[in-house]
Amino acid sequence: MRLLEQFGIILTLTLIVEIIRAVVPLPIPASVYGLILMLVLLKTKIIPLASVKHAGKILLETMPLMFIPAAVGLLNSWTVVKTIVLPLLVVVAISTVTVMVISGRVTQMVIHIDQRRGDAK
Amino acid sequence: MDNLIFHSALFGFIISIAAYEIGMLIKKKFKLAIFNPLLIAIFLIILFLLFFNVRYDEYNRGAKYLSYLLTPATICLAIPLYEQLDYLKKNAKAIIVGISSGVFASMTSILVLSVIFHFNHQEYVTLLPKSITTAIGIGVSEELGGIVTITVAVIIITGVLGNIIAEKVCHTFKIIEPVAKGVAIGSSAHAIGTAKAMEMGKVEAAISSLSIVVAGIITVFAVSIYANFM
Repeated sequence: MRLLEQFGIILTLTLIVEIIRAVVPLPIPASVYGLILMLVLLKTKIIPLASVKHAGKILLETMPLMFIPAAVGLLNSWTVVKTIVLPLLVVVAISTVTVMVISGRVTQMVIHIDQRRGDAK
Repeated sequence: MDNLIFHSALFGFIISIAAYEIGMLIKKKFKLAIFNPLLIAIFLIILFLLFFNVRYDEYNRGAKYLSYLLTPATICLAIPLYEQLDYLKKNAKAIIVGISSGVFASMTSILVLSVIFHFNHQEYVTLLPKSITTAIGIGVSEELGGIVTITVAVIIITGVLGNIIAEKVCHTFKIIEPVAKGVAIGSSAHAIGTAKAMEMGKVEAAISSLSIVVAGIITVFAVSIYANFM
């Protein structure tokens, strides 16, 4: 399908979920509604993969660029950040390691339990 | 002349792309995780704006068009997830349980540390989405009334740190199963960490990238509970 049509589909979905977000009183970003909706539409083949794949790839590849403007906003919030920068870094370090270890160990534990059950049968 | 350039809507747009390209070049040359192109780009642009005395809103007049693309791009995360659905099905229980425990660990550790450091509610909710993909994290922080710019910075630093320590942590804590490594990296350090998972192997990479999305979605629901705790 032509690139323009692919972008058209993705942007139409975006518009729909922006409306959903505005109507539903939950703290859920429009992008998450969109992600789930897109997954359902792909799975049910209402939207064939080929009709969004190329445009999707372009958007995903350029995604890091889209974070830049928000991050540069640090310039404006620097006065706030300055006062908590050290605790902030401590929180990042401790919680990142914690999440990595716990999610990895728990996943591995479940796999091993399942394997043992499989062997016992 | 200065005014002509800085007042153009294209200025913020072009400087963002240029800074990112420079970041990519530096990353290619040094191949170290600390030289993350995004981190370099943000740093360069802030220096540039400070040096030429350009206000953020002048920069953002053009740069905001990049931000507009974030929601459609995030929706497209469904495409790789759809393509990896078989991996998810095959290891569904381990992956879902593993990621959920990771999300729980993330929120709980942030809650505890926020209490220790006497953070206020706004600072606390700013940090809550720190381990998930920036795309969803920005939305979460916005919805909870956090300081979005700090959320973004913290998310990126988390990713870079996760990328650097992933191998060491997996080794030290004997996380050996490729699926478990993928879950560990994807749910703690999102896309920037996943770059490391890609070096580790195909299974690690696929599981890590689907963990980003699953962790993001679970987090969206978990934060709505955790946001009330402080």
